[in-house]
Amino acid sequence: MFAYIMRRLLMLIPVLIGMTLITFSIVHLIPGNPAQVILGETATAEAIEDLEETMGINEPYPIQYGIYVTDLLQGDLGTSLRSKSEISSEIWPYIAATFELTFFAIIFAVFIGVNAGIISAWKQNSWFDFLAMFFALVGVSMPVFWLALMEQWVFAQELGWLPAYGRENSRDPIAPITYFYVLDSLIHLDFSRVITSLRHLVLPSIALGTIPMAIIARMTRSSMLEVMNSDYIRTVRAKGSGQFMIIYKHALKNATIPVVTVIGLQTGVLLGGAILTETIFSWPGIGRYVYEAISYRDYPVIQSGILVIAVIFVFINLIVDILYKLIDPRINY
Amino acid sequence: MKLKYSFLFALMLAFILVLAACSGDGGADSASSEEEDGVEEEGDAEESDDDADSEADTEADGDQVLLFARGGDSESLDPSSTTDGESSRVTVQVLESLLQFEEDSFELQPGLAHDWDVSGDGLNYTFYLEEGVTFHDGTDFNADAVKTNFERWSDPEHEYGFADDNYVYSMYGTMFGGFKGDDGHVIDEINVVNDHEIEFVLSQPLGFFLQNMGMSYFGITSPAAFEEFGPEINENPVGTGPFEFVSWSKDDSIVLEKNEDYRIDGLPHLDQVVFEVVPDNAARLIALRSGEIDIMDGLNPDDAAGIESEEGLELFTRAENNIGYLGFNVEKEPLDNPDLRHAINYAIDKQAIADALYAGYANTAKNPLPPSYMGYNDDVEAYEYDLDKAEELLAEAGYEDGLEIELWTMPVARPYMPDPETTAEIVQNNLADIGIDVTIVREEWAPYLDKTMDGEHEMYMLGWSGTNGDPDYFLSSLLHGDNIGSSNREFYENPEVDDLLDEAKRSVDQDERAAFYQEAQALISEDSPMVTLVHSTPVLATSSNVLNYVPHPSTSEPLTEVELTN
Repeated sequence: MFAYIMRRLLMLIPVLIGMTLITFSIVHLIPGNPAQVILGETATAEAIEDLEETMGINEPYPIQYGIYVTDLLQGDLGTSLRSKSEISSEIWPYIAATFELTFFAIIFAVFIGVNAGIISAWKQNSWFDFLAMFFALVGVSMPVFWLALMEQWVFAQELGWLPAYGRENSRDPIAPITYFYVLDSLIHLDFSRVITSLRHLVLPSIALGTIPMAIIARMTRSSMLEVMNSDYIRTVRAKGSGQFMIIYKHALKNATIPVVTVIGLQTGVLLGGAILTETIFSWPGIGRYVYEAISYRDYPVIQSGILVIAVIFVFINLIVDILYKLIDPRINY
Repeated sequence: MKLKYSFLFALMLAFILVLAACSGDGGADSASSEEEDGVEEEGDAEESDDDADSEADTEADGDQVLLFARGGDSESLDPSSTTDGESSRVTVQVLESLLQFEEDSFELQPGLAHDWDVSGDGLNYTFYLEEGVTFHDGTDFNADAVKTNFERWSDPEHEYGFADDNYVYSMYGTMFGGFKGDDGHVIDEINVVNDHEIEFVLSQPLGFFLQNMGMSYFGITSPAAFEEFGPEINENPVGTGPFEFVSWSKDDSIVLEKNEDYRIDGLPHLDQVVFEVVPDNAARLIALRSGEIDIMDGLNPDDAAGIESEEGLELFTRAENNIGYLGFNVEKEPLDNPDLRHAINYAIDKQAIADALYAGYANTAKNPLPPSYMGYNDDVEAYEYDLDKAEELLAEAGYEDGLEIELWTMPVARPYMPDPETTAEIVQNNLADIGIDVTIVREEWAPYLDKTMDGEHEMYMLGWSGTNGDPDYFLSSLLHGDNIGSSNREFYENPEVDDLLDEAKRSVDQDERAAFYQEAQALISEDSPMVTLVHSTPVLATSSNVLNYVPHPSTSEPLTEVELTN
């Protein structure tokens, strides 16, 4: 197992190098002069030239790339052109915000998705099965922004049950420690704030988690159906085990592998693709961070932001692969 | 067995419902009040009360916390290092300038200077500073502090200029003719007469020098804070303003709290102000309706009509302080032909654009200058929508068989141009009526600015917003020959106009200046380097609980007098 993990880690090196090369190239192929954008519509030609010089964007690309990678190796993600602060020091709250949201979205997606899938498989062709699969189909095809706006309209504006935006009650902010607000409030043993942060999580988690939930439900159902029809389940059944034992002890384990893949992939997708949800719910996550940077041509932030998302994605895939091996030791690469 | 699964779902549902129920009675109140319009105001007020009770035990009763939601975050809280309106909206609460603008106009009134003298030749300005004022860090505000701030902006080598950290005080350069050592730089010397008297000596008169002194971009920071925070001053503003800076979570919120020692007794009324970023317009409006926020900026013009009739909400408009226009590249064929430019001017239905895209929150423009400005020339005759005249002029210009023109359209919405794409299409249709075939060119925002500056366009769209209430900022920036290659994207140069603008800039007699500007506008209208489309009035909304809120045309208003009723 250890050797396997080591091998997988080594394989990451060329992947990571490739990623720096790609993020660097993409960012530098975007047309437009960041100096002009920083100085605004009123800028004079000289001011622009001066700023270009201090920013070092007049150097040839290979030199710029060299500087970029050298800095990266020293843990220096660069300095944001917009805020003028070190990206490494300002990026964590964004990552934490996205992690927190993704975590709850995935919990929602897995909990509802897996259970709905199991019941659908178990009660194949029942009204529940039809209904669940109908909703799964709707869920996959529903645009996230539309769902988000509907949620806000119904639950925030009309019913007033849940907050429409943000991570906390700004009239009474949470003192951040880890920047995972639920965790931070727990550390402070402040349960009213725990409730507040959980309430802020409900609508965006559902918006973000609906598509993966639907995918997971369909995947679990088909995977369960396959397993339930296999010989060994018939044997277990013959031995007189209860239905619950059959499903959760014997069948689920084997049905899990494709489901874990889907969960892993979806987690990666959510981490990188939460921009819409983050924008609509004013969730200051990494997607928003990169989006704002793009509209500002904040090269260093775009580069580092994309790179961070990519690295997270790669590591999630690594974890998924390791999980396969734990679930089913026969798997080998 | 079946029960077990139902149980799991029930659990999940219950969890969500419990969280929802945690909003307390307030949620129910606001929901029911939605139905009974008459009591909505009461319901909203109660809800924010309940929120405070259930979620904010630390808040004493009667605490005044105002939530101001806007579309984007500040770039920097060192106001002079940016030209971004979202930044000055916050810094104007924390830092004060020597002079201030009236609450709803660009009329000057005392700020940190209670009085000022101008010498007859317009070269010496003496400011008499308020005494007994302290910065939020407890250090004294005095003439030395003012001098330090101005020198920091004007001198790129200054120890607090932080040039190595990419700080550029471009607004200073624009307003005072460049930086130390530049030819046009007007501030020659700054002399500290005594602790509370400071003199600015100019190398040449500058007609809008005092107006500049009122700009929030030139708010005075505590020199001790430069020492303490260094280049991080942009995240730690320390001024003398009504509110002190507390914290900034990027892309989320900026928290300010009351300055208990504010120089004006009894002010401010609010205990805390929170500026929140809510990027989505629709979400912002929902948050306002559900009582989560008190003021929302950046309302869609289309939503405005609804707000007006809604109980519990108030609609506000900012005074016209911008111009949305269609610029010609007058250097390039075929638009170097004035007859053609006139023809295009007559062919565009400005009123239709104002009605269709600004929901009526815009007036058609005949000058590049908004009407409220000093020196606005109301005698200039507008190019009324008149197809016959347009066709006639087109024939005179020698294009009776029509021609093809490129129109560059902005990729981003701006207050002066909320829907550039559709604007371009309307113009395209208008011009098709007289036989001009318009090709719409689309380009990303940054290259758009670059390329129009370089003159690659034939016709393009852009706009301009005022910052100091002076006509020079509009007329010289957009149409002075010296600004070709930067903000003059028309490549328009008329020596007569340039002279008038220069004279006006150098004069300190405001009536004389007004006359120069009027004359310049007449000439500009004749030359017609641009189609002035509209002056828009941006709309915003507040909850009815907010009292004494007056939006300023500059988009940055101090919230000193604002109160909340509960």
